[in-house]
Amino acid sequence: MSEQLLFVILLFSPLVGFIINGLRFQSKNYRLSGGLASFCVFLSFLASVFLVIKLAALPGSQRVLSASLFPWIEVGSLSSYFRFVVDPISSIMILVITGVGTLIHIFSIGYMSHDERPTKYFAYLNFFVFNMLLLVLGDNLLVMFTGWEGVGLCSYLLIGFWFTDEQKAAAGMKAFITNRIGDAGFLLGIFLIYSTFGTLQFSSLIETLPSVSEMGWTGPITLSCLFLFIGATGKSAQIPLYVWLPDAMAGPTPVSALIHAATMVTAGVYMIVRLGDFFMLAPYAMAVIALIGALTAFFAATIGITQWDIKKVLAYSTVSQLGYMFLAVGVGAFGAAMFHLMTHAFFKALMFLGSGSVIHAMNDEQDIRKMGGLKKSMPITYWTFVCGWLAIIGAPGFSGFFSKDEILWNAFQSPMGSKGLWLIGVLGAVLTAFYMTRLMALVFWGKSRVPKDIHPHESPLSMTFPLVVLGVLSVIGGWVGVPHVIGGLLGHMPNYLEHWLSFSFQNKIELPEASASLEWMLMTGSTLLVFLSAYVAYDFYVRNPSRPQLIAAKAGEFYTWVYNKYFVDEFYNAKIIQPTVKLGKGLWEYIDVSFIDRITYWVSAWVLHMGRAFRYLQNGNAQVYALYISLGVVGTVICAMLAGM
Amino acid sequence: MFLSLLIFLPAFFALFLLLIKKEFLIRAVAFGSTVFVFILSLFLVKFVDPQIPHLQLVEKVKWIPSFGISYFVGIDGISLWLVLLTTFLTPLTILGSWSSVKEKVKMFHVLFLLLESAMLGSFLAFDAVLFYCFFEASLIPMYFLIGIWGGARRIYATLKFFIYTMFGSLFMLAGIIALMLMTKSVLNGEMSASLLDFYKLQIPFIGGNFLSPQNLLFFCFALAFAIKVPMFPVHTWLPDAHVEAPTPGSVILAGVMLKMGTYGFLRFALPLFPQATEYWTWLFMFLGVVGIVYGALVAMVQTDIKKLVAYSSVSHMGYVMVGLFAMNLYGMTGGLYQMLNHGISTGALFLLVGMIYERTHTREIKKYSGLAAAAPIFAIFFLIITFSSIAVPLTNGFVGEFLILLGAFMKSKWVASVAVLGVVLGASYMLWLVKRVFFGPQNDFINSFKGTLDLNKREVGLLIPLVIMVFWMGIYPSFFTKRMDVSLKYLLDNKYQYNLSEQLDRNENSFKLVEAKLKKVEDHQ
Repeated sequence: MSEQLLFVILLFSPLVGFIINGLRFQSKNYRLSGGLASFCVFLSFLASVFLVIKLAALPGSQRVLSASLFPWIEVGSLSSYFRFVVDPISSIMILVITGVGTLIHIFSIGYMSHDERPTKYFAYLNFFVFNMLLLVLGDNLLVMFTGWEGVGLCSYLLIGFWFTDEQKAAAGMKAFITNRIGDAGFLLGIFLIYSTFGTLQFSSLIETLPSVSEMGWTGPITLSCLFLFIGATGKSAQIPLYVWLPDAMAGPTPVSALIHAATMVTAGVYMIVRLGDFFMLAPYAMAVIALIGALTAFFAATIGITQWDIKKVLAYSTVSQLGYMFLAVGVGAFGAAMFHLMTHAFFKALMFLGSGSVIHAMNDEQDIRKMGGLKKSMPITYWTFVCGWLAIIGAPGFSGFFSKDEILWNAFQSPMGSKGLWLIGVLGAVLTAFYMTRLMALVFWGKSRVPKDIHPHESPLSMTFPLVVLGVLSVIGGWVGVPHVIGGLLGHMPNYLEHWLSFSFQNKIELPEASASLEWMLMTGSTLLVFLSAYVAYDFYVRNPSRPQLIAAKAGEFYTWVYNKYFVDEFYNAKIIQPTVKLGKGLWEYIDVSFIDRITYWVSAWVLHMGRAFRYLQNGNAQVYALYISLGVVGTVICAMLAGM
Repeated sequence: MFLSLLIFLPAFFALFLLLIKKEFLIRAVAFGSTVFVFILSLFLVKFVDPQIPHLQLVEKVKWIPSFGISYFVGIDGISLWLVLLTTFLTPLTILGSWSSVKEKVKMFHVLFLLLESAMLGSFLAFDAVLFYCFFEASLIPMYFLIGIWGGARRIYATLKFFIYTMFGSLFMLAGIIALMLMTKSVLNGEMSASLLDFYKLQIPFIGGNFLSPQNLLFFCFALAFAIKVPMFPVHTWLPDAHVEAPTPGSVILAGVMLKMGTYGFLRFALPLFPQATEYWTWLFMFLGVVGIVYGALVAMVQTDIKKLVAYSSVSHMGYVMVGLFAMNLYGMTGGLYQMLNHGISTGALFLLVGMIYERTHTREIKKYSGLAAAAPIFAIFFLIITFSSIAVPLTNGFVGEFLILLGAFMKSKWVASVAVLGVVLGASYMLWLVKRVFFGPQNDFINSFKGTLDLNKREVGLLIPLVIMVFWMGIYPSFFTKRMDVSLKYLLDNKYQYNLSEQLDRNENSFKLVEAKLKKVEDHQ
């Protein structure tokens, strides 16, 4: 098949699914709608597999496939096309989006079987996949931005999917508006890039770049990187715009898995990787990105420890893991970021779907205090969740281990990294092991605290099948990127991912030579710490369940602070949202109504007054009129004489 | 002949309506005739050569020769889409009024058709006096539309609207007369009211001197147009007029009549007073940006849906002004594009608000909750238009907003940085509105209508063309921009020497073309 055709299938098959399901949105036949939607995404997946095979057949340095559809905005020298590229970077994305996407679509068929509007749900889900593909395939910033806003729109619709619940609708709105703040930054970044370099196309932008890095804060490259990064903090939920993601858990759980874990929230990382060579020229901006990433990784993990809602724990965990990816891009380790993006998509999607399976079994209960001991009643969910748990805490051999280790190693060793960043990263990993083990313990292990009227049961095949596939991927997914020190031991096993991405960045960082023993030491050290932390959590929540409460009580103020997510939402509400609304009210009442309108009344009253004055002149008396005429004649004559002189 | 046909056909049909007695027939004839005018106007896309920046399809007949006033109409890339916007919105509005206007049906439709003629005339006139006549003539039907079919405070609102606009227009009239007197110097003592002759004037300009002729004249025109747009701070007539106007009045007022103001800036202020425009750019950019942010902030706290949409117009028209005064191709194309977008999306919003108002008789946001479940189809349309209004990519709004902001950025990074706030605030007020009205549990008030709130086929039918335009203009904007760009570029490149010439000969040909086309259609039948 030709490339053009493959591109068309890849992109438009979800769009067709959206249109068909969108037109029959009132249908309650969830099997038909879900089947159709899953098929459309699966078709996309097949197309992307074929495209990647074609791509792999090309020699390393020429791995680019592209297709051009039609011109979009063409004004002056700006000409943006709907043009799409698959290269090694976007190939990883399209496989994840359509592959994990297909699994989540299938899972949804079971999950949404009791819902009132399943067809609408599947329509939105397909539309999301379309927009996400637009985002990753676009060959210029404008098409990327289109997908960027499009996925935000779908996220809005899906978070508020159960819109009759006021809180869920509010969560959707919050997500969109918070993202819009980021998007405003993104737009400014686009403008700055266009006005500086005269192009928005990735490949020609990279070609026009200067060869020297830009120092200082105010250069155009640094500023546009920072602006674009503001966009990324919105979409990828980083400090300070992360607040929407925990609330976004109001949406159906498969949505959280697809949009708020595996794909959309990684868009910010992808965008920076896509513009890797550009960002490399702005070391100041990169330092900011690395720092924000590391801080977010740590900060969100602390909140994750205290949450009681199964999805909130996973949400903060996602924020934290995204922080790792930004830490990676910030120190120039784009490959590591893409690697973690991929493994995270596997294990986090798995855990979200697993939590969905649990919530489904618990009749929509999400409080982990009411769970416990579920491993007996839900064996498949349990064992797949175990895979995800081992992957995220970084148990050796599991996927998360390799990717997280690579990030930490880069943070330590890269000339753009530092030991401080590494340390924050390790602390975050320790916290991650703690809260994830806590989650395992409270949900699956220990004694059952399930209310008597709920009888948990294993989910149907349509839900367990995706779990199993993702479980397998979470276990083995990391072996595509085995570090050299380990690969060396295993008969020179190559780092496939590194090879795959080797031509994607011209401006690569070279890690300084380091002894293998140092790498081994750091790796073993952090792994031991992680296991220790997991053991402590196990001890706390399975063996001595009363201990956490004691500690929380001792921590007192500090605990309430963390438990309430550092009151960030309250702060934003009191310092930004309320003042804005007040400002609006004030402007309306004092400027519009009391000031401008009052002036217009004065003016009109004055005109009326003048009108009355002139009325006396026109009193209908012919003699007075005659006087006016003669005065007029005299006046005219005087004027004429003056003019003559 | 073709342009005159377009301008006067609606008026002719208005006269014809006077002969009809049956209410249903009046509605049908009014709708049918405006559809006919729309179809006819589509030929303009064919006739107007997008490669030529000059006036096309020109008709010129002497009117008051002693003052050089003539009946002079023509069309170029700047007015083309505004004409089509007018002919496109009018039939939809008439169709939308079928259930909302129940009294004095005949008079309503007569006024409406006369209004269409006046609006078309304003966009096509190239004689300043003729323009002034059409510009003012459009006020009269609108005055009655609000004053007769409006809400409780209609008299207050319509007077406010009328006086505000008239106040500005008088300055414009003075300006036109002054310009006509000036033409004597370039035309060997002859006087002329032709815009093309106005463009030849080199009006003295002294930067710092407010009383230098170009500055004074510029402000005469700018005031008239600024009120019409409306720009902050002369916008306060708009919310009142919209709240009190009947739905069709609001749609046309927001959809078309506001554009006469921005069109005026493009047609008069910039090419006639280039130095003054350039000198005062900062002021208008500033007021435009203030309008964007101010309109959005005030829209956010409104309690009446219609008032919210009205203030959102202030914000959107602020964008248009920022785009036009960015004085580069991006900003101007964006500005002109945004005029069309605003006509479509705000027009559609007013139609939608009217549709729900007809059923519930309230526009208080507080009274609504959970409308999406009670009226799902209505909700879908409202959401699509909302996305267009907040400029989500692939809808028309994005193309306009993006180009405007890009143009503004090229002009001044600070202006663009503040204007970009509108992107956030716009989403805030619209989505907050959507959340309060459509989401949440259904309250007793909504329940009391027992599922009679959703749209009927007529309403769906009239919204579909608007939705098609939203996506067409969002996905394939080149179709529209390439037909305006040559004119805009010519204006920008030659703003100090704007030699617009007329292409007289083409119009006869084009008229023959229509005849041939119509004949072909007949033959087919």
